[in-house]
Amino acid sequence: MTNLTVLDPTNETKPAKREVTERTGAINGMTIGLLDISKARGDVFLNRVEELLTERGAKVKRYSKPTFTKPAPVDLRHEIAENCEAVIEALAD
Amino acid sequence: MGDATPNATSEPANLAPALPNGIVAVVKRDCPTCVLVGPVLAQLQGSGAEVTVVSQDDPAFPEGCTSITDDTGLALSWHHDIETVPTLLRVVDGTETDRIVGWSRDQWQAFTGDDTLGAELPDHRPGCGSLSVDPNLTPALEAKFGGSGLAARRVEFAQLEDPVEAMYERGWTDGFPVVPPTVERVQAMLAGTTRAPSDIVTVVPPDLIEATVEKIAINAVMAGCRPEYLPVVIAGLEAICTDEFNMHGALATTMSVGPLFVVNGPIRNQLDMNSGMNAMGQGNRANSTIGRAIALVVRNVGGGRPGGVDRATHGQPGKYGLCFAELEETSPWEPLATSMSADIEPGTNAITAFCADGAQCIVDQLSREPDSLARSLGAALRSAHHHKLVIAFDAMLVIGPEHMRVFAEAGWDRAKAVEMINLYSESTGSELVRGAGGIAEGLPFDLGDQRVAKCRPGGLLTVHAGGGAGLFSMLIPGWVSGDGGSSPVTVPIGT
Repeated sequence: MTNLTVLDPTNETKPAKREVTERTGAINGMTIGLLDISKARGDVFLNRVEELLTERGAKVKRYSKPTFTKPAPVDLRHEIAENCEAVIEALAD
Repeated sequence: MGDATPNATSEPANLAPALPNGIVAVVKRDCPTCVLVGPVLAQLQGSGAEVTVVSQDDPAFPEGCTSITDDTGLALSWHHDIETVPTLLRVVDGTETDRIVGWSRDQWQAFTGDDTLGAELPDHRPGCGSLSVDPNLTPALEAKFGGSGLAARRVEFAQLEDPVEAMYERGWTDGFPVVPPTVERVQAMLAGTTRAPSDIVTVVPPDLIEATVEKIAINAVMAGCRPEYLPVVIAGLEAICTDEFNMHGALATTMSVGPLFVVNGPIRNQLDMNSGMNAMGQGNRANSTIGRAIALVVRNVGGGRPGGVDRATHGQPGKYGLCFAELEETSPWEPLATSMSADIEPGTNAITAFCADGAQCIVDQLSREPDSLARSLGAALRSAHHHKLVIAFDAMLVIGPEHMRVFAEAGWDRAKAVEMINLYSESTGSELVRGAGGIAEGLPFDLGDQRVAKCRPGGLLTVHAGGGAGLFSMLIPGWVSGDGGSSPVTVPIGT
């Protein structure tokens, strides 16, 4: 099933994607997504980030993009948005 | 070249460029892997192999190649689904038979049959995204090559998103659900007009954004319009996006006004518009959706939203979009549009925009003489906004058939009826001055014995509409009249 695509009814002066949400200001008790964009050694970086977040009381969920050459698929973005309060995206190389 | 834009190409936009036989290599200078393999491609061309190098961003890249095909218009890349650069295609008899992406020495050597290639390069390097899938460029490429001819940005919803909810979240609705404006629905809508999708209809306040036929069609789909309504929606926008109508002011005012539309001409019946029972109410698709589509364009294209530039203290339900037809068939008077503009002959399709506040019913079930009825209507008119404020506001009277019959049987034409209603709307100056009657509100100066009508000359509009039973008319107060506010605007409806 392909996703529904519609035509933007607005004047397109604002980004089509939703705005960045407000900063959380806290870590303890949060669910934080770690998005690996699938560049080399992104996992090394994110493993360490996960350790540090877990130490500080956060719950971590791991995600990865199929390829770093393209934007994250819309379903993946939606899944992260549904399940996490914040997301950290790794840009490693 | 992150800021690259698709360039014009000499070939017809919707034709896929043919692939030359042999190997086709698609590259861009902005990709480090492509830069890495540039010498390899030069080596291949130098060896006499049948290799076509296609550059997406710089026809001089890669240096050392003897022949480089310019694909800065991205036609080849788009039509042949290049997602990554570098990509090698194998083409036999004009048809792709194989492809590899990125750099892998083993793969490249096997693909080209040349086991000397890239000995000095790393074993493997991933490629970069093709410019033809760059999210900043794909809407323009889709419009150019995709065959839809539509230029609006594509917005993709996730499978788990309810499209109706997703459109609410993006702030695209007036509070009611909207129809998802898919390419298919918008194309169907555009069949309702002879105008090209890219035609600029008008500049929409408050953000002063050029509205194309396509953008209007998108919002018309969302509002629930049928394609044949589109010319009426377009004409309505032409009417309100004028200095005379002053849509920016109508939004920005704290008064509760919004545009109201009256349709004249045979198109009323072609669209099955309601001019009879409940004409100003719910239940008729054309009446309900034409005004709504115009309001959505003001919201989505013009950027006019409650809490933003729209500062109405209360608002009123007409602001969702109020549009109805005049009951011309049984009207003894010329159509409203003709009374507004001498250029518009009776029988012409036209729309009149009036900057309107909420409507209220005028009850007079006993007047059988026109003078008595005119007195009732004049007295009601006096009450609009505040009975001590005169001349400042225009008004519309929607005269129901049972009231109109009283005027018709007495032989009163519109001019006579308006003259008498205006006469009976008069107040005495001393009653209007601030403080008179124990009411602080009023005129800042005392006109003494002078009699003053409620509306400025020409400021009272009359329309014939409504159901056959009920000795009622409707009073619709306007906003501040004239140059300091809004004047009604009538325009012909095109095709």
